[in-house]
Amino acid sequence: MSSNKLLLGLAGAAMLAGSMVVAPPVQAEDSIFVPMLTYRTGPFAGSGTPIMDGMHDYFTMLNERDGGIGGVMLEIEECETAYNAQKGVECYESVKDRDPVVINPYSTGITLQLIPKAPVDEIPILSMGYGLSATAVGESFPWTFNAPSTYWSQMSGIIRYIEAQGDGIAGQKIGFIYLDVGYGREPIPLLDELASEMGFEVVKIPVGVKDMQNQSSHWLQVRRERPDWMIMWGWGAMNPTAIKEAAKINYPMDHFIGVWWSGGNVDVTPAGEGAVGYLSANFHGTGTDFPAIQDIITHVVEAGKSLADPDTVGDNFYNRGVANAVATAEAIRTAQQVTGVSVVTGVEMREGLENLNITAERLTEIGLEGFMNPMQITCEDHAGAHPIYIQQWDGENWNRVSDWIEPMSDRVRPMLEAAAEAYLADKPEWQTQTCN
Amino acid sequence: MFYREAGQFKTNYRTDQAVFPIFQDKIGVLVILAFLFLVVPFWFNDFWLNSIMIPTLIFSLAAIGLNLLLGYAGQISLGTGGFMGVGAYSCYKLTTIFPDINILVHILLSGFFAAIVGILFGIPSLRIKGFYLAIATLASQFFLEWSFGRIGWLYNYNPSGAIEVSTKRMFGIAITGPHATSLTRYLIVLSIVVVLTWVASNLVRGRIGRAWMAVRDMDIAAELIGIRLLQAKLTAFAISSYFAGVAGALMVFMWLGAAEVESFDINHSFLILFMVVIGGTGSLIGSFMGAAFIWVLPIFLRAAPRVLGVDISAATVEHFNFMIVGGLIIFFLIVEPNGIARLWQIGKEKLRRWPFPY
Amino acid sequence: MSDTTLKSDGGSSMSQTQRNWLITVLILAAAVAGSFVAGSDSLLYKVFVGPFVEMYEVPDLFVQVLWEGLVAGTLYALVALGFVLIFKASGVFNFAQGIMVVFGGLSLVGFYAAGVPAFLSLALSVAMMYGLAWTVERVVLRPLVNQDPLILFMATIGLTYFLIGFGEFIFGGEPKTMITQEIGLPSGSYDFDWFGGFVSFQKLDIAAAVIAAIMVGCLAVFFNKTRIGRALRAVADDHQAALSVGITLRQIWVIVWFAAGIVALTTGIMWGARSDVSFALQVIALKALPVIILGGLTSIPGAIVGGLIIGVAEKTAEFYWGPLVGGSIESWIPYFIALGFLWFRPQGLFGEKIIDRI
Repeated sequence: MSSNKLLLGLAGAAMLAGSMVVAPPVQAEDSIFVPMLTYRTGPFAGSGTPIMDGMHDYFTMLNERDGGIGGVMLEIEECETAYNAQKGVECYESVKDRDPVVINPYSTGITLQLIPKAPVDEIPILSMGYGLSATAVGESFPWTFNAPSTYWSQMSGIIRYIEAQGDGIAGQKIGFIYLDVGYGREPIPLLDELASEMGFEVVKIPVGVKDMQNQSSHWLQVRRERPDWMIMWGWGAMNPTAIKEAAKINYPMDHFIGVWWSGGNVDVTPAGEGAVGYLSANFHGTGTDFPAIQDIITHVVEAGKSLADPDTVGDNFYNRGVANAVATAEAIRTAQQVTGVSVVTGVEMREGLENLNITAERLTEIGLEGFMNPMQITCEDHAGAHPIYIQQWDGENWNRVSDWIEPMSDRVRPMLEAAAEAYLADKPEWQTQTCN
Repeated sequence: MFYREAGQFKTNYRTDQAVFPIFQDKIGVLVILAFLFLVVPFWFNDFWLNSIMIPTLIFSLAAIGLNLLLGYAGQISLGTGGFMGVGAYSCYKLTTIFPDINILVHILLSGFFAAIVGILFGIPSLRIKGFYLAIATLASQFFLEWSFGRIGWLYNYNPSGAIEVSTKRMFGIAITGPHATSLTRYLIVLSIVVVLTWVASNLVRGRIGRAWMAVRDMDIAAELIGIRLLQAKLTAFAISSYFAGVAGALMVFMWLGAAEVESFDINHSFLILFMVVIGGTGSLIGSFMGAAFIWVLPIFLRAAPRVLGVDISAATVEHFNFMIVGGLIIFFLIVEPNGIARLWQIGKEKLRRWPFPY
Repeated sequence: MSDTTLKSDGGSSMSQTQRNWLITVLILAAAVAGSFVAGSDSLLYKVFVGPFVEMYEVPDLFVQVLWEGLVAGTLYALVALGFVLIFKASGVFNFAQGIMVVFGGLSLVGFYAAGVPAFLSLALSVAMMYGLAWTVERVVLRPLVNQDPLILFMATIGLTYFLIGFGEFIFGGEPKTMITQEIGLPSGSYDFDWFGGFVSFQKLDIAAAVIAAIMVGCLAVFFNKTRIGRALRAVADDHQAALSVGITLRQIWVIVWFAAGIVALTTGIMWGARSDVSFALQVIALKALPVIILGGLTSIPGAIVGGLIIGVAEKTAEFYWGPLVGGSIESWIPYFIALGFLWFRPQGLFGEKIIDRI
């Protein structure tokens, strides 16, 4: 091709591209815009895809079955971030002028960048079970919600579970293997504090992002240290590799507990028999034995409107996405009730989230009886100190092996408040709120 | 017809060595600057400023930094991401240690820390070159990434492990943090980039730049005519890292608002290397065009299906995005290995004759 | 990157190497002596004596660490071998080697998932790698012949982007389980009660080592005994001379890319069986780069021995010294080991005296 033509082509392409972006997006006035920041690509796609499927399918089911929420259709749009914070911010910028009701960032890195923007743009953030733990303090972070539990609450619940087993926890050695990013490091302050107080020892083993699939030396360290329990804060490709390596050194699987992001079906199946007995924390039910999930199957999956592989419906992470969608949908409904506005936007949604109260009756009503613990968010507590439970992999399914475990709120809350204070310390103009 | 040098005689060395020796170029640059400073702020919306203009300018600065090293001094570096990180983290530390000093001073100072680190990791360039040097600079990339995560002092022991930007004001106007409007941030970034580009263009015309080019073209010959290799290579690393460091600080403080270690990972280094190569090595204007091309293309590709009304999933768009970007890069390298800057030059040649080709 | 080669001055470099040795030994001796004086709680002791005491006292773990290092090293060596094969014959630093590993593994799993019998899938994957090699030659290499090595390197990064998008589009982004049993790879392990502990050798890892050895043997025979192999070595020595005696460059390129593709496929199967086949696996290309510094881009024995050295050194360092500085040093320590090695042997492992690197 001659450079002449190339130049012409370039100029043409640039003009076409320019006109594309300048053209305002077409948008219906009478729908509620729910953007989804997804990652179906990149190194964490294995964990991300089923979650996004679950979320997408529950919203679609509400549209198909009920015609949306309160008679208003939901406009769902995905924006791919590949778990990359910069792409995430770009997605946020591209949706923020279209009145999104809420942003589910689905990455701790993206959440951290959006937290300061939320109050200015008046778009609430729901980082469900991830993000910055301190945002649970509603007075300091009016626009950020991280129900049902913070990482610190969850860690305290896991410690409680260990304490309740056989030998107690005093004098035990606990190994903590984690993905070496902000997410994995988050629970360390609590772990250190509990260790000195309850008299157990902690061995920390970080796994770099580049070594997610190359963990043999990390697990040899486990073999050297011989911890009585292992706790894992892993994500993406790190999880299946860790479980395989644990099986390789004959680590007792029933003493190996994963965070609720390390409990996907894709995480345990590659290890086959070796993964049997592996434990993981959770806050919602698994499987398809819920009327709402059956509705998803009839209205969405079988109707060909889902992106999910039908076999994965009801998997742990799929249901995690459903749980997230339920919280979002119920918050929209609450917002409609509290404010009387039917086409809610961010400002009303914040009210809805702050008054969110998913009772056991309400769960039954929406066809998810016993799916999760009743969830309540208040003005002071944007996480709610919700209990978790521990589940065990039997080679086929996840089975519940513990009751609901209450977190140590009395220990965690002061730490959260201190962390929130530290966050606000150098930000004199931060918008806070007072709760009555 | 419009772009003619005929009749522009240089009567002294001063005018002959000017940044823009041709009258039309001067006008062109002034028009572009006027457009960027006066038109863009009123015409572009928040998305354009935040997601296109600001990042393009910041990446251009980083690309200029790498171009000084690669295009002018001939040393490949794959550690640009790490050096940007050094700039960002030192700027963060400076703002927390000296909160009362103007943030712009911090941003410009933070580059010096990057320069020091750049000199340290530039030392291997004295013994190895080519791809071996490129791999050796990866050592700096990975070591720096590791340090950002491991040394708690760098991020003030935040439980999140991230650095966050607080609101800073100048003359009562918020210039960083969530309250700063995208317009303010854009104008600040633009000013800094314009000033530093001016510095760079003078550097490469001067003694230092000529020494670099001599080293690039043949290091033994350069040594023989009296250029000290040690000095030339290390200044190249230092100044290149200074630019990268300032770009990193701008990236966090003027664009993202918060950053984790992953914001400075190896993919960044590759991204900026792409901008330099696609733009054209050894060309400052090429750095801008390369940055714009590599940064803006995926954004347009992502926006395209929605605007055109094609219904495909976001993930598929991303897949195609990767394929198209990868394919276009190969295509560009085949059609014009010297980068967009060369196309620009060809374009100017054509304009010179237009409309009377011969 | 100029093509100038530098003859290192034999006599003076020897004495410099000896001096380097002397300095290092003296520093080490001082450190060990100091650590005994300072006592077993001191940092010096923990760095210079503690790990060795531990190796002696818990030999089973030491043997296990060495074994894990050797297995990882075998796989690094295979990736490095892919780099070397292509660089030798076509002068391309093929960054796409990492994604070719993923692509190979994914196509095998993908064919099997589509209902093709296991061994037929294997054959189809091999065919696919051939198709890839042919396409790359046709679309990327041929138009870019005689370009600057940097341009070719960037083109392979473009190829990486394309293959990421293409692979995710076809196979989906989620990780797959390798069909280990179906293609006859063993599972389970041999456990031995040695040294008062146990040492376990995974059958899979043994198989990986054996297959790698067979593969290297086959390649050696292929290069030394066959007509094409000789042509290949001729091309590696001098492109133009090879052309002038009637060797078809294009055919040779397809063959080396195909060979590198098969090496990648093998790596993909082995590494995929150890964890799983996902796109995160492409970072192991980065892990093979220090091997390149150590062994050189043109030496096949260098890639193999270098791989083993890096594997063992990396695992030992992470296991015994990693915890002292917070762990996860595996990401950068291999680069420093490789750079430290150059300090003693500037020509690399099997490098000749005439070298481009210094």
